[in-house]
Amino acid sequence: MKLKGSAWIAWIFLLPSLLTIGLVIFYPLAKEIRYSFTDQGQISFQHYIELFGSFFSSNSVFRDVMFQTVAWTVINLFLQFTIGLVLALLLHRIRKGRTIYQTLLMIPWVVPSFVGAYAWLWLVHDRFGFMNQALHKVRLPIFHWLDDGTITMLLVIMVNVWIGVPFMMITFLSGLRSIPTSLYEAARIEGASSWQQLTHITLPLLRPVAATATALGMIWTFNMFNVIYIVSSGGPANSTETLITYTYQEAFQNGNIGVASTYGVVILSFLIAFTLYYQRVLKANQNEGMYY
Amino acid sequence: MRKSNKWVHILLGIASFVSVFPILWLLLTSFKPVSEIYSDTFRILPKAFTIENYVDVFTRSGGVFWTWFLNSVIISILTTVIGLILSTTAAYAISRFRFRGRKGITMSFLLTQMFPGILLIVPLYIMIDQLGLLNTYVGVVFAYLAITVPFCVMVLKNFFDAIPIEIEEAARMDGCSQLGIFWRMVLPLSLPGLAITAFYSFLTTWNEFIIAVTFLKSHDMYTLPVGLHHFVNQFSTQYHLMAAAAMIITVPTLLLFFFAQRLVSNRYFYKKG
Repeated sequence: MKLKGSAWIAWIFLLPSLLTIGLVIFYPLAKEIRYSFTDQGQISFQHYIELFGSFFSSNSVFRDVMFQTVAWTVINLFLQFTIGLVLALLLHRIRKGRTIYQTLLMIPWVVPSFVGAYAWLWLVHDRFGFMNQALHKVRLPIFHWLDDGTITMLLVIMVNVWIGVPFMMITFLSGLRSIPTSLYEAARIEGASSWQQLTHITLPLLRPVAATATALGMIWTFNMFNVIYIVSSGGPANSTETLITYTYQEAFQNGNIGVASTYGVVILSFLIAFTLYYQRVLKANQNEGMYY
Repeated sequence: MRKSNKWVHILLGIASFVSVFPILWLLLTSFKPVSEIYSDTFRILPKAFTIENYVDVFTRSGGVFWTWFLNSVIISILTTVIGLILSTTAAYAISRFRFRGRKGITMSFLLTQMFPGILLIVPLYIMIDQLGLLNTYVGVVFAYLAITVPFCVMVLKNFFDAIPIEIEEAARMDGCSQLGIFWRMVLPLSLPGLAITAFYSFLTTWNEFIIAVTFLKSHDMYTLPVGLHHFVNQFSTQYHLMAAAAMIITVPTLLLFFFAQRLVSNRYFYKKG
């Protein structure tokens, strides 16, 4: 199938992009790995020892950040998946008004994520934000949304769920559309209830789509920076920092290039491990859209 | 209509409301006078509808907003054009030729398209600083290529894979050169793919936040997202300006998205930058 014996032409076609990618991705990446093994100009494992050695001590920022990253990713993914699936099933049931609902529901995804984050920041403004003014109006005590670690975490998760649900929904919807209606007709003739149709036809056939959506949703959630940086800046007291946001803080606010690079290497290891796993998922669902 | 559909509409109505409300509220804020925005009386609709926030955004500091707008346009176009040249050629090579290292190269594009900007931002910052390119178009475009090229290569490869190789062989019989085949046949046949990657690159760059905030330092080099950040951060809380600027940035994004979605099948459209 492929053209053979013209490898040198292939390299000419590849050269410009390989040079660029080498310069803007692989060279910096190599530098980053080197910084992580450098302490005061000397090769050392100091940063790794500090990170992992103190993992079980009571004041390990690294452990907190790891824990928060896991919580952030898992809770986000669970909510996005569930809400997205329910909305897709609802949308699939109706014909009248579907386009309008779908357009409105896509808005959080289409709007730039930093604009969405600023919109939420303005909603929860202590004095002039919608939330507190509405609470005040109905004579409830106002609430400091960004003062408590747990509540702030829930808030930033909510903002990210708001952003991420449309993608899940649209992916599930395209999955639902590809299920042949004849299956449901057959099931109805056999006397299957709608609940049985859901659990025996719809959900099993959505599995490949769900796997892809979960993998992508997970990467994007793990990689998400804007929402946390804008809404909570990782605070209060680092309680909403994830690996991604904390790397930035170490580098550009605390000026610890070595520590930030070490966090970078941890992130890189996660992503590589995940890609290897993701490859297997993709192989299992060959013709699902992989490059969204 | 079945009775149970009533609940479907109620639930979808609530969900639609939640998904629109934060942006709608920002839109309403952008049309309120400053005295109403920073007031303790709660109102939903503006009492005195005004465009003074928009006028303020466009005219303050000698109309610097236009400079930001222009910077955004220049950087987005540069990234899109350079990125497309790099990724079409690369995608063509890995789609059509068999050569040593092809698998490794494909894999590295697949892997790097998952990298978040933050992973590279620290070493890139140092590198671009050493080259003296901080606070320049070139520096930012460099960083953006790291984000857009791997994704574009993978999308375009899919499109090129779908073009039958027999067409190329026929052209070769007729004496067309390799470059001619690429330029006159393959590219025109994969226009939808080029459109998708161009839209993607442009929107990703237009909406990129943190690299711009970190790399662009002087007021006259800001892109629109940096300008927005400049209105609301730890030193400044001008929410009225932020609201107006946010709307100005968002409207082209919305238009482009819904317009492009009609043009091409939407499965490639949902990568969040």
